Parts: sequence; C-alpha cells; structure tokens
Amino acid sequence: MNYGGWALWGFIGTIVLTTVMVGSQRLSMTRINIPYMLGTMVTPNRDRAKIIGIALHLINGWLLSAIYVAAFHALGRATVWLGALMGLVHALFVLVVALPALPGLHPRMASDTRGPEVVEQLEPPGFMALHYGFQTPISVLVAHLVFGAVLGAFYRW
Amino acid sequence: MGPPNGRVPSPIDDYALIGDGRSAALVSKNGSMDWLCWPRFDSDAALWRLLDPEGGFWRLEPTTSYRVERRYEAGTNVLATTFSTADGSARLLDWMPVASERAKREILLPEREILRVVDCTRGSVEVELELSLRPGFGEQRCRIRQPSAQSVQFECGRSAWLLRADRPLNLSGRTVRTRLSLHAGERAALSLTHGEDGPLVHVPFGDRTQQALDRSLAWWRAWSARARYDGPYRDAVIRSVLALKCMTFAPSGAIIAAPTTSLPELLGGPLNWDYRYCWVRDAALTVRALYDLGYDEDASAFVGWLLHATRLTRPEIRVLYDVYGRPPEHERQLAGLAGHQGSRPVRVGNAAVSQLQLDSYGELIHASFELARRGAIRMDGEVQRLLRDLGEFVCAHWDEPDHGIWEPRSRPREYTHSKALCWAALDRLLDLNARGLIDRVPRDRFTQHRDRIRDSIERRGYSPRIASYTQAFDDEGADASLLQLAWYGYRRASDPQMLGTHRFIRDRLDAGGGLLYRYEQSRTDGEGAFGICSFWAAEYLAAGGGTAAEAQALLERVLGYANDVGLFAEEMDPITGQALGNFPQAFTHVGLIGAALALEARLKGSDLESHP
Repeated sequence: MNYGGWALWGFIGTIVLTTVMVGSQRLSMTRINIPYMLGTMVTPNRDRAKIIGIALHLINGWLLSAIYVAAFHALGRATVWLGALMGLVHALFVLVVALPALPGLHPRMASDTRGPEVVEQLEPPGFMALHYGFQTPISVLVAHLVFGAVLGAFYRW
Repeated sequence: MGPPNGRVPSPIDDYALIGDGRSAALVSKNGSMDWLCWPRFDSDAALWRLLDPEGGFWRLEPTTSYRVERRYEAGTNVLATTFSTADGSARLLDWMPVASERAKREILLPEREILRVVDCTRGSVEVELELSLRPGFGEQRCRIRQPSAQSVQFECGRSAWLLRADRPLNLSGRTVRTRLSLHAGERAALSLTHGEDGPLVHVPFGDRTQQALDRSLAWWRAWSARARYDGPYRDAVIRSVLALKCMTFAPSGAIIAAPTTSLPELLGGPLNWDYRYCWVRDAALTVRALYDLGYDEDASAFVGWLLHATRLTRPEIRVLYDVYGRPPEHERQLAGLAGHQGSRPVRVGNAAVSQLQLDSYGELIHASFELARRGAIRMDGEVQRLLRDLGEFVCAHWDEPDHGIWEPRSRPREYTHSKALCWAALDRLLDLNARGLIDRVPRDRFTQHRDRIRDSIERRGYSPRIASYTQAFDDEGADASLLQLAWYGYRRASDPQMLGTHRFIRDRLDAGGGLLYRYEQSRTDGEGAFGICSFWAAEYLAAGGGTAAEAQALLERVLGYANDVGLFAEEMDPITGQALGNFPQAFTHVGLIGAALALEARLKGSDLESHP
C-alpha cells in the first residue's frame, strides 16, 4: 500500500467533498452541513462547531478513504469509474442508513419521536436526509462521486 | 339528555384537542375522534369526519341517550368526557401518551399512540366503539387484517396502524364495530398505534395503561406548573399555553398555526385554508408568549429551527414553512370531500407561501430582540448574521406593497401595519447593537431607513381627518392590527393618535359583544369576528389606552367565547358566538395570554406600553 498516496489523495478527496457539500449549502440547494453536524456532537456553540466539524470531517474522510484504497488493492486497479462507483455506494449508505440513524448517536440531534419535551437541537435528517431540502440527496451523491473519482483517478501504487 | 349522535359530525366548538408535541387529534363531545393526522401535523388525515360525514372517525359513545360533561384533567392535555345515561355513568379518558426523554430511554414506546380508556363509575353503561380508519383522506389503500381477537391491523403503504383492546373486537368490512358493556368499577382500554420506522410496539394493557396515564398526567402537570402567571385568569392562560404546546413540533422546534385544515371562516363558504404549517409571524408571537410565561427552551428551540429553516431562502424569509423548514406542499383542493358542514373547497397546502408579508420581519426581529435582551437565546455569529440580513432585506423592500398580516388573496397594498413593523425591525436591531448584543450593524443606513419609514407612516398612513392610523397608505380604512402599534413601541398607547385609532377601530369594526372584526371587508365577506383582535383590544386598554377596569371587563367578555374546555378558534360568529375557522388557533390563544399578562402588569403597576 502506498501510504503517502493514500494520505495525500484521501486528504485532497475529502477537501473536495467538503467543498462540494458546503458549497451546495451556500448555493441554497440544501441545508445539510456535515461538518456542522459533526461539530455539534462536541459543542453547542454554532461558530466553534463549524471549525471543529471541519477538522472531524477531514479525519473521517481520511479514514474512510483507506477503505477505498483497500478496495483498489483488492481489485488490483484504481480508476475514475471504479472510484465513482464506490462513491455511489458510499453516498447511498450515508443517505439511507447512516444519516437516518444519526439521531441515535448524536447528543444534540432530535429524533422523529421526540416530544413534547423541547430543547434546542438539530432537526433529524429523515430518510435520504430529505428533511434538509429535496435536493439534499443530489448534493450528497455528487460530493461522494467526486470523492471516489479523485481517489480512483490519482491514487497509484 | 341527547341521543347518540352516530355519524353526524359536530360543530367546531364541540371539539377538544389532544396531542403529544408531534401530532394532534380532535375529539368531539360525543366521544368521536374526527381529526387525526399521523405521523405529523401536516400529514394527510386518517380520521377526517370533521371535513366530511363519510370521513374516517373513531367513536366511543353510549348506546342510549346521555348527558355529557367534559374537562381536561387539571393542568394537562388529558381529556375527560363523562357520559351519564339513565342506567349509569362512564368516564372516557383520551390522550396521547407523553413521557420525558429520560423516561423514553428506559421504556420502549410506540412511535405514535392514542389511548382511550372508559371507566364505568356508576351503574352500568353500554358503549359502542366504531373505528373507520381512512388514511390519506381516504385515498390510501390499506390491507386490513385481524391478527388476534383483540386487535385489528391496517397496513397502508409504508405505515402500519394497530387498534388493540383489552377485549374482543369485531371487524365488519373495513370498520371495527364493537359494543362494550361495563359495570361500575370496570374499565375498557383501547390503543391505536402507528409506525413507519420499524415493527409496531405492543404495550400491554392493565398496569401499563395506568402507568402511561400517570406518566402523561405527571409530565403535563410538571410542565404547566412552570407557567409564570398567577393572575385572575390562570385557568384560561394555562389552557392556552397547553394548547400552544400541543402545536409545537418538538423534533424541530417549529410551531404551527393550528392543527386543522379548511375549517370554514364562513359556514358553507369558500374561506377554508390549511393552517397546519409554521407561519414565521405566528410562531414568533407564540414563542414570545411561551417565553413570557417562562418556557425558555421553546424560545431557543424556535430560533434554532428558524436558522435552519431560512437557510435556503435567506435573507428573504418565506411566510410559512412546514415543520421541517421546507416549503409547504402546493395548495390543492380535495374535490371529493364535502367540507365541514358543506364548506368547500377543502384545501391542503397553502398558497400564501409565495406572498410578501413585510410584517413577518418585524415580528421576528422583535421576538428575537425580546429573547436576546433577556438572555434566552445565544447571540452567536450565525444568529447575528441572520438578523443583520433580515435588516438589510427590510431596508431594500420596506417601501414595496405587500399582502400584510391578513394575507388577502388580492393585489398587494402598502399596509400601514407592515410599514410599522418594518420600522420596529430596524429600531430593534439598532437597539440590540446599542446594547452590544449584535455587532457590525450599519447604523447610519438602518437609522436613515427607520426614520424614512416613520415619516412615510405619519404622512400617508395617518389621517388627521379621522384622527386615526389607516389600514393602508392614502386610504381611510380601519384595521384592528393597528392596535398593536403601541405594543411595538411605535407610539405610546395613551398618545392621542393611538387613542383616536382605537376609537376609529371600535366605531368601524365593532362586531358586538366585545368582539372585533379584523378589517372592514370582513362584513362584506361574511366572515366572523377575529379572535385575536378582541384580545389585542383588551391588551391595548391594559397597556394605557384605557383603564384597568375597562381592560378587565373586555377580557372577561371575550373569554366567555371559549368553548366548554377553554379553546378558541380563529374567529367567532358575532351573533351565535359559534367558533369559526381552524381550531384551536394558536394566534387567538397567544392574544389571550398577551392580554392577561398586560393586565397583570397594569394591575401590578408595571409599564407594558412598549418595548423598553
């Protein structure tokens, strides 16, 4: 395994993924903000949560890119299309399984069964994170496709 | 003593509300649950006889003639209906079980549940149970099966509904119909649950039912006991705040305007709208009322929801959002529904979403100001940015015509109330800045626009001829919302301009019996007197526009229009006193709380005239 290649392209892939997702939020496509959601697991302060969340998201992306790299080695090749395909599976897992289950893990995220007790919490993402806007699945999908494609295109051993 | 009502839907004020902070149901005096939207307030209804005699319902009613008395268990949203027949009495308890989040970590509860318990308290009573569940306003196809003698399951798309009883149930076609014979001391328990996220949860009856009741009573009582109001109208205030709590969507912090759609503002007429959404204006007023009564967490939850909801449209805010901050579904008419007492069309969704209502910005900024200066919300960078953006939007658009607080479906106009709220928006932002609670405010621009707005109002929104502020610029119409100008600190309640405005509104909009129409078109449209306007009048008198005795007398008259369990609709028929419009209406209960608090402050000698 090329640890230097993994560290470099995993980092760059995560930067691109984060940029696509935050950019789509800034373009008013979606309200999802994964760094913010991660950061609020640590602090309720919105401004600090974003900074902490970006760091956590970079570490997350870095670690997850190891799975991509391991798969490339197992399959004996790394291409843009293979990376994008893995990104597609990754995005579907995030949308269908991980995000809907997040309220069970996140200390500051409400669940759909919360109530009548109210505290300031993040809204639950719901199925395919559609509670955050109907274009959310597109943003998540595109970001992960690009993430996988970057790794597939540039990681070499 | 009246006969069983069978399949006849009841008038609006025959209903009482139960809820769990995520959804709500309406139960009539004859024990018929005629309105239920699950899993959320704005989901398509499964019980909807409120809007059509052929709609879904769940009835528990004695089989012989009876008298009925209703009340809520004190300090709770648990409804107790007592039926007295010639042979005995039975008490029906209706509630959606609630529990603290801590308790929920210890026990497995259904996603949604309604419990109905009949206790025979004297002699013997036969009660008929009838359930006609018709999800999706009757459009959703369901597979119905009876897994056991005591349960009936409805599988409808990805959702499942389960009716269970502690005795056998008869399924006849698509309707469950069973007679329950009870003798003194006996209890029958029924549960309706709903699930979309996994297998349904079966909670046993017996002790578990009693525990669910005790848990719910305790939760509601602990919550309502926190209300900071000890004035003479405590019962009405507590009922109002409990109703408002039932209209708060806890998973997001959104507050809806009412849990129903298309209850008519004019019986038999077309003024039927869907209020199961979160109007920014109504929610801002509601959250302020909740905060004034000591419910700080609802205030901060609402601000959190607002930050999230407005993310896609900022700096413009939509007039309304759904409970998750999304645009509401497009307004459509349900052509197959007969409407409440023939009032058609029945609408789902709300087209007001596309209107410009400038007053919403003022209501929102004013509510944020009140919360911020009392330390109820954290003024972090995100909140400050939102408020500054809203201020910039006001500067750019205050001189445009809009649809105003009453959102008529006619052409936009330059409503004086909207302009005054734009003035309030900029004034409060400047005040927040002066208090050091928000930085980087363009003081010069905001000050310049604020002063220009005031100048416009005084030149074009005030008529010296009638000595009153007017509904719109260059117009001489009356509008009850102008009573709020004192509340927003635009003028003191005792200023001659406000006294004249109050007099003019009373002259033009008096509906009799202490009630007010919202504007002059109400008479032509045939709609009822508007609930909150009458409370605004009492609040205005309490704030210095009249004497405390006048305010008290008016408040007491208006309180007399509540139904038997203390709930108000949007409007009242000024002749019959009958409730009209969506029910219960958060706006009206917010008005009630505001008037009661203003009067209490007046009686205690505090100054409530305007923002400090």
